[in-house]
This record gives sequence, structure tokens and C-alpha cells, in this order.
Amino acid sequence: MITLHDVSRVFEVGDQTVRALDHVDLEIGAGEYVSVMGPSGSGKSTLLHILGLLDRPTSGQYLLEGRDTTTFDEAELADVRRMRIGFVFQFFHLVPRLTAEENVELPLMLAGVPPHARHERVRALLQAYHLDERRQHRPDQLSGGQRQRVAIARATVTRPAVLLADEPTGNLDRASSHDIVATLEGLNADGLTLVVVTHDPDLGKRARRRIKMVDGAIAEDSTP
Amino acid sequence: MRWLDLVRFAWRSLWFARLRSLLSLLAMAIGVAAVVLLTWLGESARSYIADQFQSLGTNLIIVLPGRNETVGGAPPLLSETPRDLTIDDALALTRIPAVHMVAPLAFGVAPVSYRAASAWPGQRARERECPVLGSTHAMLAIRHLTLATGAFLDGVEPHRGAGVCVLGAKVRAELFGDTSPLGEVVRLGDRRFRVHGVLQPMGTSLGLDVDECVYVAVADALALFNRASLFRILVQATSRDGIDAAKADVRRILAERHGEEDVTILTQDSLMNTFDEILAVLTKSVAGIAAISMVVAGILIMNVMVVSVAQRTREIGLLKAVGARARQIRAAFLCEALMLSSLGAVFGLVVGVSMASVAGGMYPALAKPVPGYAAFAALAVAMLAGVAFGVLPAQRASRLDPVQALSRR
Repeated sequence: MITLHDVSRVFEVGDQTVRALDHVDLEIGAGEYVSVMGPSGSGKSTLLHILGLLDRPTSGQYLLEGRDTTTFDEAELADVRRMRIGFVFQFFHLVPRLTAEENVELPLMLAGVPPHARHERVRALLQAYHLDERRQHRPDQLSGGQRQRVAIARATVTRPAVLLADEPTGNLDRASSHDIVATLEGLNADGLTLVVVTHDPDLGKRARRRIKMVDGAIAEDSTP
Repeated sequence: MRWLDLVRFAWRSLWFARLRSLLSLLAMAIGVAAVVLLTWLGESARSYIADQFQSLGTNLIIVLPGRNETVGGAPPLLSETPRDLTIDDALALTRIPAVHMVAPLAFGVAPVSYRAASAWPGQRARERECPVLGSTHAMLAIRHLTLATGAFLDGVEPHRGAGVCVLGAKVRAELFGDTSPLGEVVRLGDRRFRVHGVLQPMGTSLGLDVDECVYVAVADALALFNRASLFRILVQATSRDGIDAAKADVRRILAERHGEEDVTILTQDSLMNTFDEILAVLTKSVAGIAAISMVVAGILIMNVMVVSVAQRTREIGLLKAVGARARQIRAAFLCEALMLSSLGAVFGLVVGVSMASVAGGMYPALAKPVPGYAAFAALAVAMLAGVAFGVLPAQRASRLDPVQALSRR
């Protein structure tokens, strides 16, 4: 479902060139559960951004569901992000002035889904994540775990093909972390492709397939 | 993205930064209110002056000696008069079919004095300088004067002196106080006149305080000031449509009598048009100056939007991550700027219109509605400013790199 072919990403920092990704080849099948680990600056975040179409490779090819994304224009990329990709971030990235419900609604609103259809879908989703009593609360009135569940609800409301999580438990206590991991793994069990970028070895080890990155290249790709 | 969602989204973020929104909205409101009020003031002044011209008389044609352009420019002050404008000229004009009435007018300033018969010896006569107008009975109707008491040069022959005068309200009050002036004798320069009538207070008309004037027979005035030429001839046409025909006839007859065209003929219309044009230009330039404040308000809105984009960088990154197109982000921020400017404009319009109606209630001379074009133009300019100054911040937001925007703390 995801195919990276000889992908490099080069940043110009001052007069230095930094190879964040160095000729990476990667194949991820539908329904896989992949963790990406590695030290800071190993390129794992850049990999996630490229997989999520937030960033484009400097060279190489990225096929998502068989389509070459490197030829997409800005609007097409946005549409694919909205419909096929879900993001979960370390810092939740909820819009502070909107309620939990409205935050989850965002992708549907951007897609132009009529309010009635939107509400139905969002309510059902919030119920599934045990957030129905917190619908009308704003992010600052929610706990960390609840915020991340709202973010997961938002990431999955358009029923994407792949969920990309960047340190999803990095800002949470143990109990909440456990809760969030369970939620993500539940989604994966239902067939959603899950890619988790993390520092946390405990979290990384839970994945069926573990990728270790060093200096912009895949150093280890194991499926124990 | 649906239209209503866009507005709601923009409204939420404006509401979230209420104080900031309110302040920039207020700036726009002040600009719009200023434009509305100043245009209203200009328009009111215009119609006030139109009223003044109406009070001068209806369907008036004014003939003055000396040739000059009929539209624009001041009447000739120092030009030489080739031929006198005479009482006979005035009489000749009465034969024009489209002319209803003709009043010759002689003008000068003379000391007016009165010494009561009962005054004891040594008491000084009360005296003051007054504009003296020489005319005939027709003047009363042509200039829309109203008598308080007595008669207005009734039965005065144009060529004959009558030795009578009519006093303006102020002159009467100053010379006679509470006593009745009818039948008393006043001195104008070196001549004596019996008071035959007194005018109602009328106030100022075109810079001349009617209440300060003394009216005498035209022949008396010419003799008093030792002049042969009239100051003006006032001609009243039978109707508004007759003005042009009457004017042409006046020109032809006077040219025949004088051998050449040596008079200036003004119509009330052309005078009024001149003033109208001047005031219209004045109104527009004042409104234009006020419109500058709207541009300033627009820049303030831009400032607010730029700050808003900077503060919401992470949100913009998130929006991009969840699939907002650059176009949608641009639309969201443009919508905010437009809402700020149009809300401000509507607020300013309400304030301006209510201030105009309050001021109109206090000064009935200005009681005119706010001109629709001003309200419309102010709204349009405000919204235009909102869009124009919203483009830059919106563009900036839409071009943010999502990765960098998301990583901003």
C-alpha cells in the first residue's frame, strides 16, 4: 500500500546540506503495524512527514495505494491527506477555541460534508472513544489522554487507509499511554495500517514490524 | 468547505480574540461614521443653500451691467460699464411675454438717522449705516418679502421720486425701539423719507441681511447716490420652463437698446448650479479625506490579521495536516478580515446615521437624511479595504510549510 522507492530528502541548513533521508526503500502493506525507532536526527520524523504528504522527497518515488504522489499538486495532496491519511501528534494539536466535537469534525467540514451527516458520524465516533460526555468541552477542559483520544477520533473520522502517529504517548502519563496504545492497536486490529514513530522502546516493541533508523537510512527492519 | 462553515469558523476565531477584533473593528467604524457624517453635512449644506436661493425668489433672471461670463466666476467688481442699465431698460423688459414681473434695483450704502419730534434740544439723532435699495412695488413679490405693517412702495412710478421708504425689521428696532415708525420721517444721507412700511424679520439672504436694509423708490435711490445706472434688474419669468425664453428675449431687447450685448444675465438656476457644483466637489473631497481613515483602519485590520496568522501558525499546520487546501486557508483568513471590516462598517453606519439624525433634530436646517450613495460607498470601500488588506496575511497563512508550522512551539 505504501511504497518508497529510492527516496531522499535533503535540507539546506545555512551552507550545510543535511541528508535527512538517504536513498530509502520501504514497502508497507495494508493492515501492517509498524514502529519506527531511532535516535534524534535519524530521519524518522522526516520519514513520517513524507509518508503523510506533509513534505515531499527531494528525489525518489512515493506510491500511496498505487498512485505516484510525487506528481500531485497542492490541492490533490491536501485531498489525499484529508481522506486517506490520519495524523496523531505528540502535542495533540487540537484547535483551542473549538469543542472536542468541532475538532473531530474539522476534516469533514473541510471536505464539505453537510452538518447533519457530520454530527451523526462524529457522535458515533466520540461514543466509541468514550468521549460523549466531553463533546462540548474545549481542549483545555480535557485531560491529556482525552485530548489524544479526540485527536485519534479526528484522525480516523474520514476512515483513512493509514494512521501515522508521531510519539503518540510522549506527552502522557502511564495510564493514559496504555489507554491510547490500546486504542491505536484496536484500530489496527480492525484493518487500519498503523505507523508509529517513537523513542519509547516499550512502545516500539509492541509493533509487529520494527524499523530502526540511523543517519537517514533504515538500519534494521525486523519482523520477529 | 461550506460557505456557512467558513463564516462560522472565522467568527469563532474573531470571538476568541474579542478585544483585538473589537479594536480594529472600531477603527473601521470610526472611518465609516466619519465618511457618512461628513457627506451628510455637505449634502445638508447643499440643500440649505438651495433653499436660500429659493428664498431669493422663484424663476429669477438677474441682469447686471457689464458683460461677463454667465456661469462661474464672480460678478464684475471693477469692470467698466459701457452703457448704463436704466429704468427704461427695465420697463422695456416688462413687454416680454414670458416675463411675469420686473423690478429695477439701485443700491448704495447711506447713513440712516431718525430724530424723534419729541426729542429735547441737544439730543443726538440715532444714526446708522444701512444698505439702501431702490426699487418698485414688484420687488415685494419677486424677492418674497413680507410686510409687518404699512405698504411697500405702492403706486410708486419708476421715474418719479416718492419720498417714502420701507424699513427692515432691525433698522426699525434700532431707530424706533418700541414706538411705531409709520408716518415718521427718517433721513437717508441728505434726503428725508417718510416711513410707509416695515418688513417682517427675514434674516440673511445671500450675505445681505434683509433686516438691515432700507427700501426706497428707485428714482429716489438713483438721485440719493447720484447715479444713472441701476445696480441690477430682477426679472421674474412666468414659469420655470419660460426662463430660457425670457432670458433670450431679455438679451435681445437689451442688445437692441444698447446697440451691443453689454449686460450680464444670470439665472437663478445657473447660479444655483454653480454653488451646487462647488459644494458637491467640496463634499466629495471632504469625504475623500475621511476615506483615508478607512484605509488606515484597513491597515490596522491587516496588522491584526498578520498577528493572528503568527499566533495560529500551529493551527494552520494542523489544518493542512488534516487536509485543508491552501485555498481554504486563504479563504478562512480572508473571511475573517472581511468580517472585521464589514462588521465595523455596519457599526459605523449605524453610529453615523444616528448621529446625523440627532444633529438634524437639533438643527432643523440640516434635517436631511444621510445620502444613500454615501452609505453605500462607505460600506463598499470598507469591504474592499478588508479584502485588499486581508489578502497579504491570508496569502502568508496559506503558504506556510506544514512541517515547520506544526513544529512551532
